[in-house]
Amino acid sequence: MSEFALLTLLIGALGLIALGIGGLVLSRNLFRIVLALSLAEAGANLLLVLVGFRRDAVAPIIESGQALTAIMVDPIPQAMVLTAIVIGVGVQALALSLAIRAYAAYGTLDMSVMRRRMEADIDAAAGAQPATSLHAPAGGRPLPPISAPRLAHDKGAQA
Amino acid sequence: MAWTDLIVLIMVVLVLIGAGAALFLKNLLAAAVATALVSLGVSVFFVILRAPDVALTEAAVGAGLSGLLLALAAKRLGLWRIEIQQDSEDAGDSSC
Repeated sequence: MSEFALLTLLIGALGLIALGIGGLVLSRNLFRIVLALSLAEAGANLLLVLVGFRRDAVAPIIESGQALTAIMVDPIPQAMVLTAIVIGVGVQALALSLAIRAYAAYGTLDMSVMRRRMEADIDAAAGAQPATSLHAPAGGRPLPPISAPRLAHDKGAQA
Repeated sequence: MAWTDLIVLIMVVLVLIGAGAALFLKNLLAAAVATALVSLGVSVFFVILRAPDVALTEAAVGAGLSGLLLALAAKRLGLWRIEIQQDSEDAGDSSC
């Protein structure tokens, strides 16, 4: 492992993290957000293992009869990354199941459309007028989200 | 060891291209496959960095199980469709 290879790996890890975070922030499709999260996670794992690397070292596996004086790479980040990979798959499964439920509820994966429909739902539940532009004339502006009818409706439902 | 440098350089370029493909491909099932391939490339880096156990886990869980999960979720979300060249209104549904 030369200096060049380590630098290339560092660039690769940082590039994966940058692409993942960029996709996480900039994409509108919910499925692609999950993909970007997975990319950023792979980059972070690679960066952690890269931090624990030591030049001219062997893998941290002790065979029987081997002298313990050999230089090993740091096993602690490797153990942590091993845990992080499995946790990452769990997080991905949770995110995908939430995406499936959101798709079943709102019929779209586009975040902007989904947010509009979600706000319309909240407005309808609160008994407010459907949201119009904030620059509409005074009568047509959206009402504040807190409203008495919702509280009355909840009390009525409990009774 | 010059061959390690060469392998690392080629794999880093391939992994970054795969990450870009996962973010910019129109077909979301292909993007999921690109994400699984990025995981596979990262497992090669783990072998080079003397972490064979992590590489084994990353290849089995990160590429295999996660790719299966993504593909099944894509089937559930109705993303397994062949896109014919037409500008319908559902083109905005798969935009980045």
